[in-house]
Order: sequence, then structure tokens, then C-alpha cells
Amino acid sequence: LDQLAQHLLNATILGGTYALLGIGLTLIFGIMRVVNFTHGELYAFGAYCMYALVMLLGVNFFLALPMAIVLGVALGAIIEMLLLSRLRGADIDTTMLVMIGAWIAMQNTEQLVWSGVAHSINNPFPAEPLILGPLSVSWNRVYVVVVALLLIAATYYLVNRTRLGKAMRATFQDRQTAALMGIRIDRIHTATFALGSGLAAAAGALLGPIFFVAPTMGDLAAAKAFAIVILGGLGSITGATLGGFILAFVEELGAGYISSGYRDAMGFLLIILILLVKPTGLFARKERVG
Amino acid sequence: VNRYLPWLFVALLASVPLWLTDFYFLHILITTGIFIIAAMSLNLLLGYTGQLSLGHVAFFGIGAYTSALVSLGFQVEFFSGFTVSLAPKPVWFAMLCSVVVAGFTGYAIGKLSFRVRGAYFVIVSISFAEVVRLVAVNWVEFTQGPMALNNIPALTLGAGAFEISFVRKPAFFILVLIAGVCSFILISRLVNSRAGRAMIALRENESLAMSVGIDVTRYLVIATIISAAIAGMAGALYTHYFRIVDPDIFLFIYTVTMVIMVVTGGKGTLAGPIVGGIIFGFVPEFLRAMAIQPEVQWIIYGILMVLVVYFLPQGIVPAIARYGASRKQLPDADALPATSTQVPQK
Repeated sequence: LDQLAQHLLNATILGGTYALLGIGLTLIFGIMRVVNFTHGELYAFGAYCMYALVMLLGVNFFLALPMAIVLGVALGAIIEMLLLSRLRGADIDTTMLVMIGAWIAMQNTEQLVWSGVAHSINNPFPAEPLILGPLSVSWNRVYVVVVALLLIAATYYLVNRTRLGKAMRATFQDRQTAALMGIRIDRIHTATFALGSGLAAAAGALLGPIFFVAPTMGDLAAAKAFAIVILGGLGSITGATLGGFILAFVEELGAGYISSGYRDAMGFLLIILILLVKPTGLFARKERVG
Repeated sequence: VNRYLPWLFVALLASVPLWLTDFYFLHILITTGIFIIAAMSLNLLLGYTGQLSLGHVAFFGIGAYTSALVSLGFQVEFFSGFTVSLAPKPVWFAMLCSVVVAGFTGYAIGKLSFRVRGAYFVIVSISFAEVVRLVAVNWVEFTQGPMALNNIPALTLGAGAFEISFVRKPAFFILVLIAGVCSFILISRLVNSRAGRAMIALRENESLAMSVGIDVTRYLVIATIISAAIAGMAGALYTHYFRIVDPDIFLFIYTVTMVIMVVTGGKGTLAGPIVGGIIFGFVPEFLRAMAIQPEVQWIIYGILMVLVVYFLPQGIVPAIARYGASRKQLPDADALPATSTQVPQK
């Protein structure tokens, strides 16, 4: 039973970052109708920023995180303005192809710049884990889950309580009407993509010090983000948050009790299950079912 | 003249082994041919039904593994003593199996993911490919994992004095050519049939297609089955050509190669994947000759993909067809591609 409790604790901690990843992707899809294949690369970008700042430039560990997020936001805004702004109103397949192209180019640039070797990032936390009765958890992981939850809360606040968030939600509901009401759709799109990218970069910057930093890390993150988003329903923030935690629980328990080799296959099993039972996801707005 | 042009092209290709003595060049032609077949199968989905299969390499790889395993034979033990074993079967039978198995996987994936429209099929197919790769890596007893399946037999047909072996490159080239022509005819028959018109109709306007009584989901699933089966055959050809298969066959980059072949050549045209396939079959060789790192090659692919979507959204073949039509000043209905030529705009 202690083992189970430990698994549940690990899953909760992992779930926070998964939720961050999922929220970023689902926002971009919901508002822009763009399947963002560069999401995983932005995650890797965040982790590499962290690596470059902390290990190469000697920036303070805690200061490096906001810097990585800002860089992620900036990169997202650049991608949006450079690649997507001229494809407004294009169908979903067209933008998908562009995003796949961008994904391949970004991933291999990373590989070229950083080489295929995995790097690790030192963290300033004490080496002894935090002991809670029979459970133990490293301080770094505690820090990760706290920051992740704060970021999720901030995103909720931004989307539900601010003017920008209101404009985003309006665009989400009806792009044309929102434009008629004087909302500058272009800016909303850029802001949304930048926000989603920032969240992905944050997830990468948080998990980078826990795992290794490698150029292929983005693919796995992207695959998980897609699973989370389908689980929660494309376009739903609450769905993505819950989806992130559900995926983390299933992965953690699956890896613990079934086979660790198939840890990364659990997301796919969840997708299959959700498509069989409730194809639109747990919290989707209406999507056509055929 | 136009009617005989494709056959002239095939005849020209068929004569290649007679005068081409450079085996390296022949090797490039064979691998290009295999990828063109895979790209044609992807085009059926992406071009004619408008569904992007990002896990196409899964069907390709499943075909490759099925053919390898059936021709080698295998023995797997499940949980407690329940053993499945298969004696080695002839290669032609193994290749047939790979078509069936890949087609069946296509059915399962299509049936599942076309329950919902939108981005679902893309995401399900891409994660499916990843899961199949994980299985190939982890189920060592069955697939040998990263150690790869070795010594896969080559295809031989007939017996005794009439035995034809496809070990040597010229013979294999003809085999790929035959498979390619068969796939081409199958796909062109299909898209010009009632089913093909239904697929195009649903790509153009799904609600309208449904309103005239087209069972949209059914046709999507049919297209996925056929597409997966052809991709599986391409995978089987790959297996018996290289005679070694490892989990790297499931790398996403191969799907990207197929997608970029189809998109550059012209999705929704019969000739598109062939034109795109020839271009992107030879481009890596040129890049290699210029001593360019593989990463740079993929970066170039990525940028090319973006540029093609911006500047040549219909692909090369429709662009040429339109140019030809405008020169004649008479809109030649046959020369125009089956796709709508409107740029999607809102």
C-alpha cells in the first residue's frame, strides 16, 4: 500500500507539468484551430534555455525559470507572426503541414546546435528527499508541482478574469462575431500562441532539471500533450488540466504494475478508450461526431 | 498521345535494368520506388479524402514486420505456457499476409478515429505509430527488439528450372515496378469509381456529401483499409529488399518523407506522389554527395514543406497542368487534376 501511495504521489507531481503542456496545446487548438506540432519543440526549447542559462551562463536557478518562460513566449510569438499569420482562415490541413515543417526544422536545428548527447541540469535543492511518513519525494519535485499549479492558476485567471482572456474566449466562441465587436483577432491569435508556447516552455524548464535534456525529448512531450488534449476534449482548459493528471496516474500505475517499457504507450490506450466511450473527450464543446 | 504516355514511361522504366549497370543508382531507384508506392497509398487518404495520416509509417512498418516474421517463422509465449508458433512460410505468402494484416490495422484505426472528425485521425495515427514502435522495441521475444530481424529470405517464385529469384537488384527493380504499376492502377480505378467520387465529395463538403446519402464514415474507413494495405505491401517489399528490419523503420521522419512527397508532387492527383517521390528520392543523394549532415537535410525538408504550402499549395503536377491549360487557352478538362483548384480561403 505504501508503494501505491508513492505512485499516487509521483503521479500528482508529474500531472502538474502534464497539465501545463496540455493547457497550452488545447488553448492554441481551441482558439486558433491549429494543431500545434511545434509544441513539443517549445517544451524542449524551454528545457534547453534552462540548461544554457543555468549551466553555461551561471544564472540563478530560480531566476532562470521566468527567463526561459519569457524566451518561450517570444519564440511562440515569432513562430505565429512568421508562419501562421498569413494562413488565417486557411483550412486545418494547410496549417498542419506548415506546423509539421516547422517541427522538423526546429527539432533538427536543436540536434545540430546541441548535438544528440543528453545534458543534465544541476539544481540547488538539498539531496536528501522530503520524508512524509512512508513516502519520500525530492525537493526539486515539490518545487516543480508548486510552480506548475501556480502557473495553471495564473492561466485560469488570465483566461477567465482579464480583458485579454475575455477577448480570447470570445474568439473561441465565434471568430467573426468577435471581430465585429472590435476584437483584434490577429493580436488574440499571436497572444494565444505565445501563451501556449510559454506554458510548454515552462513545462520543459521545470522538468529539464528532473530528467535529462535531449533533442528528442520534444517528441515524447508532444505525444503526451496530444493524448491529454484528446482525453480532455480539444479546446477545453479544464479538460486538459484533468487530462494531464489522469494521464500521469495511468502512466505511473501502468509503469509500476504492468511494464515500464510501455509507460509511453499508456497515453495511446487512454485515447483508444476515450474514443470508444466518449469520442468528444471528457469536457469538449460540441465537435461533430460521425 | 496522352493516353500512351504513362505506358511509355513504364516501358522506359522496365528497360532500365538492361542498360543501367551502376548498381548504386539502381539501389536508389529501388528505394525510391518503394517510397513512391507508400506515398501513393498516403495520397489516397490525404489527397482524396482529405485526411492526413501521420502514422502512415506504422502501416508500412507493420507490413515489413509481418512479412519478415511470417517468412522467418516465430515462437512466442504468452503469459503461462500458452505458445503461438509459426513455421517459416514461403515469401510470397508472407507478403500477402503483410497486406492483409496492414489492411486490418487500417480498419481498426479508421473505425476508431473516424468516430470524430477534425484533428482526431491525425493524432490517433501519430500516437499509433509511436506505440507500434514501442512494441517493436520492447517485445524482444517476438520482434528481436533493437537487435533487428536478420536473414530475412528473398522472394523466389516458381520452382526448379523456372525458379525466379529476386535477390539481385535488376530483378527486384522489376518487382517494385510491377507492384508500383499495380498500386497505381488500383488507386486510379478506385478514385474514378463510385467510391472515389464519394471520397472526393466528402473532402469537398462533408455535410453536403452526407445530405445526398453518402455514408461518409464508411468510405473513410474503406479508404484507410486500402491505403494501409498498399503501404503494408510497400513495407513487405522493403523487408525483402534490405532483408533486415529494426524498430527504426517506425521513425516519424519516414512519415514526413511520404507526406512531403505527396504534398510537393500534388495531393489529390494520381501523378503527384510519383513526381514528388522521384524528387525526394534523389534529393537526399545529392545532399549526401555535397557532404551535408542528415540534420541539415531534415531542416531543409522542413523549410521546403513550409515553402511548398505557401507558394505551391496545390503541388507541382496541378501547377504544370494549369500552365499547360492556360497556354492552350482552352480549359482542357482532362489535364486538370481531380482536385478543386480553389485556394482555401474564408
